[in-house]
Amino acid sequence: MGKRVTTVWLGVVLFFYLIGVALTGMALGQVAYDYIDITNPFLRKIPMAVPVFKRLTPNAAESELAQTASNLLADTLEFTGYFKILDRGAFLEDPQTTGIIAPHIQFKNWTVIGAELLVTGGIVISDGLLEAELRLYDTFQQKLVVGKRYKGHIDDTRKIIRRFCTEIIYNLTGERGIFTSKIAFESTGSGNKEIFICDFDGYDPTQVTHSKALTLSPAWSADGEWLAYTAYTRGNPDLYIKHLKDNRGNVVSKKGTNISPAWLPNQFALAASMSFSGDPEIYLLTGHGKIIKKLTNSVGIDVSPSWSPDGKHMAFVSNRSGKPQIYIKTLDSGEIRRLTYEGRYNTSPSWSPKGDKIAYTALDNGTFNVRLMGVDGSGPIQLTHDSGNNESPSWSPDGSLLVFSSTREGTSRIYIMTAFGTDQRRLLSLPGAQTNPKWSPNLISN
Amino acid sequence: MRKRMLMILVLFVVVPGLLMTVSCGKKQVMSSSTPSYDADAAARRAEAERQKRLAEERRLQEEQLKEVNRIKAAKDQFLNEDVFFEFDSAVLTLEAQDALKRKADWLKANADARTVIEGHCDERGTNEYNLALGDRRSESAKKFLVNLGIAETRLTTISYGEEKPVDDGHTEEAWAKNRRAHFILK
Repeated sequence: MGKRVTTVWLGVVLFFYLIGVALTGMALGQVAYDYIDITNPFLRKIPMAVPVFKRLTPNAAESELAQTASNLLADTLEFTGYFKILDRGAFLEDPQTTGIIAPHIQFKNWTVIGAELLVTGGIVISDGLLEAELRLYDTFQQKLVVGKRYKGHIDDTRKIIRRFCTEIIYNLTGERGIFTSKIAFESTGSGNKEIFICDFDGYDPTQVTHSKALTLSPAWSADGEWLAYTAYTRGNPDLYIKHLKDNRGNVVSKKGTNISPAWLPNQFALAASMSFSGDPEIYLLTGHGKIIKKLTNSVGIDVSPSWSPDGKHMAFVSNRSGKPQIYIKTLDSGEIRRLTYEGRYNTSPSWSPKGDKIAYTALDNGTFNVRLMGVDGSGPIQLTHDSGNNESPSWSPDGSLLVFSSTREGTSRIYIMTAFGTDQRRLLSLPGAQTNPKWSPNLISN
Repeated sequence: MRKRMLMILVLFVVVPGLLMTVSCGKKQVMSSSTPSYDADAAARRAEAERQKRLAEERRLQEEQLKEVNRIKAAKDQFLNEDVFFEFDSAVLTLEAQDALKRKADWLKANADARTVIEGHCDERGTNEYNLALGDRRSESAKKFLVNLGIAETRLTTISYGEEKPVDDGHTEEAWAKNRRAHFILK
């Protein structure tokens, strides 16, 4: 009985922080300055100071959390590639003694060390509940950009921090960022390939399939609630369409290969390559696995579909020319156009969420690298160089980052880079080899 | 002194005893030579025939063994000899065609055998594309066998792409071994 009451009460608290409370300052959604130049946001990183949050009570629990929460906020923002987080050793002011609101901040102390943005935080912990007030300041303008107050269970600290990071990114770029997205990938840690899912920053990797057989090619539905993949559970490469939370879904088990699924944007439908007719062709299926229509018709391989954000065009790989090259099919007209002419091996297209670029894998001089081109095939640029084989790029939901696999450290692992090829780093460390990452849309449930 | 007494005892007791045994033995040999000449010849003929029969049995056994070994070797070759492909290709080379002709011969000699043709790729390139390429490889092997007169119903295909290499190496030699159609029996 007592437990039930607690739960209900917590539910109310959670609901409270989910809304969040805007602190005085700029109105939400009002983007005043071009802090981040979207034409090349990574060319110049904005110097940002994130001092340790102020303990407002203070007690021992607060001291510990102030440290971890402020570090998490700094790491989360740094992950985007937009910011240069300044070393705390250079700080001239300690908000613990001075204060966290504008009247108590000497902005000169921050501008003189080069900080253009400052995040202050104040926390109170009592009875396992956390109350946090977080603010982003423009130090040169000496003004609050965004401020929020959150309340929740202490276990939800990560959620609270990410939520404020989303506010920061929204106020600086006008976009919702990536902090509620996840990444699905293949990992061999359990003995055979299974699908794993982790948070956008590599946190909390979890095995989501238990096929005990080869399991490949995860694909997120537009709402992030469904995952399609190929598994050899029944001996044949069949297509599984599974709801991630409920135990329901369908299996497409036609003769031959049932592979490379790709969900349509904003529709409960997907494309997949199937070879039951005698050679691999791409088909459009309902989310329940029923064939709607055939999308390709050529002798040889047609595989790896990727949809334009409006769902009107489909990029895919075909070897109709003799070698694997990337093509685009326009659904209305049925027109098919070849995009890649450079090199004899161009595969795994990934259409950017902004719609203007396609990332893909190209073979040159014996190694595979990630490249980027316009949707008209213009100006391919190579994003990875001299670092093993780099394959299978997939876009972050805001189009700012790419996740891909690389053998640069020997075994294949998952890496992240900006859409400009900068800030390349490993996402996570797990036993076995990791391949074929797919970035989810931003998930509402987070 | 005592030793000498012992020696004398040995000479008087043991040596005559030995002589007795020898003479008895001789007597036995003498007695065996008593049967008639005819009976002797018949026994020899019977023995010779027995030997001949044994030799024939041995020869038959050896031939059977040879046949069993031949069948086993043919089956082993069918299962172990892979059909190899060039990089990013499902086209059957002349060597691949020769290997497939041997597969067809075996399948004709073993009319009740049903086989699964696995298509495999080397590790280079995209997994999804390689799954499709493995499908093409197993299908070209199958079509070739069907053209040689093997019933389509006896042949199934499956692609493993680059997921099941026989050689985990990252050299051209390892890749060449992994680009294959592999046959297993159902």
